[in-house]
Amino acid sequence: MTPTLFGRIQTRVFLVAVVGSLWTLLITPVLPGVDGVPYAMTFSILLVVGLAGVVWEFLYHALQQFRWEKDWPTLLSLITGVNEGVLAWFIVAAGFAPGIDDGVPLSAFLVHFITTWLVIFLYANGPMRVPFLRWRYRGGRLV
Amino acid sequence: MSQQQPPPPPAPPGGAPAASSTSAAGDLTDQLIATSIWTDEMVAGAGIPVVDVPLVSVGGGIGSFVLADFLRIAGMPAGSMRALGQADRPWDTYAYLASVSQIPEPERLRSDAGSTPDNIWGFPSFAVREAFGARSLTGFIAPLFQVLVEPILTDYYTPPAGHVYAGMQREADRIGWWDMVDKGQVRMIRRRAGGGYFTILTPPTGTSATKRVAYRSHHVHTAVGYPGVRFLRDLQEYREKHQDFTRVVNAYEPHEHVYQELRKRPGTVVVRGSGIVGSRILQRLIDDREQHGAQTTIIHLFRNFVDGPQGKSIFMRRPGADGFAYQGFNFPKAAWGGQLKNRLERSDPEERKELIAQMGGTNTPKRKLWQQQLAKGRREGYYRTQVGTVTEVYPGDDGTVVTRIDTADGILEIAANYIVDATGLQADIGEHRVLNDLLEHGGAGRNAVGRLDVEPSFEIRGTRSGEGRIYASGSSTLGGYYAGVDSFLGLQYAALQIADDLASQRFVKKIGPIRSTLQWWKWAFNRKVS
Repeated sequence: MTPTLFGRIQTRVFLVAVVGSLWTLLITPVLPGVDGVPYAMTFSILLVVGLAGVVWEFLYHALQQFRWEKDWPTLLSLITGVNEGVLAWFIVAAGFAPGIDDGVPLSAFLVHFITTWLVIFLYANGPMRVPFLRWRYRGGRLV
Repeated sequence: MSQQQPPPPPAPPGGAPAASSTSAAGDLTDQLIATSIWTDEMVAGAGIPVVDVPLVSVGGGIGSFVLADFLRIAGMPAGSMRALGQADRPWDTYAYLASVSQIPEPERLRSDAGSTPDNIWGFPSFAVREAFGARSLTGFIAPLFQVLVEPILTDYYTPPAGHVYAGMQREADRIGWWDMVDKGQVRMIRRRAGGGYFTILTPPTGTSATKRVAYRSHHVHTAVGYPGVRFLRDLQEYREKHQDFTRVVNAYEPHEHVYQELRKRPGTVVVRGSGIVGSRILQRLIDDREQHGAQTTIIHLFRNFVDGPQGKSIFMRRPGADGFAYQGFNFPKAAWGGQLKNRLERSDPEERKELIAQMGGTNTPKRKLWQQQLAKGRREGYYRTQVGTVTEVYPGDDGTVVTRIDTADGILEIAANYIVDATGLQADIGEHRVLNDLLEHGGAGRNAVGRLDVEPSFEIRGTRSGEGRIYASGSSTLGGYYAGVDSFLGLQYAALQIADDLASQRFVKKIGPIRSTLQWWKWAFNRKVS
């Protein structure tokens, strides 16, 4: 992808809010190590990932400036899941995620985060172009 | 849909057929040639039959095809557009140039996975399609792995030329392209009094009752490709003076005899040009050494030798080494749709010219195979580089051609069996008959780099006729708001801009998210566009 900063933020918000939410709705009932269907917990984690992600985008965009092609290679958008996942876990474990009082089992966090990351990654690298024909020419801007 | 209709045909004088009123010749008259804006009566008076169609696309190549694809998907009936050109299939000219410059169908182009002239969305990309078309597990994984890790761990994925042509064949069948084409050579486009345009076609001999046919349309699109191949001045002088078209060849003309001869006996080749075309020629010469036992010595001439990364700012520094400037595609990727595209759009004409020169110019991808081949050639002494300015090329002894070079160490003379001009230079747009006519009669102008001056919508500035507009896409528009015009993705971007501009005039529907998704399903299941 060849994102602009504004495009990065718009795409991030869309992907987390729409694709991430849909996936969270589906995956939450089958998460391991939790009682019931903890939507409050998973959507809280998603919110953390989304908000922290917007901040991460500023760093990524700064790094992109050192690339001649001014692109963001596919591999980077996959492996940045590692740093983002680690940070999100610390935020959640430290009790900064809203609406989570009892703590989050690591197994549930990992399954939720990793699958959501992969679904978003796969969607952004192909099917996203189907409804949004102009998206790839606009540096990721949707509006 | 609300489809604009072409202007009504003129009432035949006295009820007689227009073509028979004054002249049955059906050819251009001196009056028509000299007049910039034609009336219906003038055309009828020359006996030229008129075909009414809302949109004409001049070229009939990939540029015309990609626009047709977008407009058909945007709801345009097939009968509302005519593509005029000489090729049987839209990719024929491209495939010819690719083939002679050493990219036959199994070889890979310099185009990324998402540049899909057969699919307006870029999904599924050529890499995904190659994976799902593979017959082995390795064949399935390799292209997917490559697009995942490009360009960090591997070279950029690029599709085999044959896959691209096969995709266009399928899409051409799907959109009804073959019924949208009229063959022949376009002579000129002239504005029509009252709005719209006349496009004059010379059909193949024997296929038409008259020498010319006039297409009367609301809008015109031009996508004529390269105006022609241009030689380096010294090589052109040599060829003209000595009438030697065998030993001094251009990479964009058939020159297979060079390789065949060099397989038979050892020889020396001078290669000029360090862009993508030069890289392909070097690969072919070295492939022939490695696979067919050729004993060729290659002297690679550089006028500007790139010995390291170029650019003063660490934020705008292009990799380079060994004489070559390296980048994946002919411009940095973000020129097609990221921050460099935005920057170009915001620039004034002179800044655009500078930025285009900085981002483009002569460059080639840093492919592992080529790096290995050239490194081996340097080690073993059969690939040598020379830096300097060529002052003269003249015949030498034993049928050789001598290149005299002014180098930092003085004058040097290199005798070679062949010289390959792989600079990939293009002729001036004024050398293309139709474009030249647009410049002289159509109101078109040149941009800062001397090509057609177009709006962000790819409308050619100054050519409007009533409500009618002339659009252009492809290499003739380089120097405008978009750098990568001479590429598959650039043709797709231009087509999208033109389709949106036509949608704003209610010529077609705007392709919004719903239409886009529904039409994509049709594409996926290869359902015909209605």
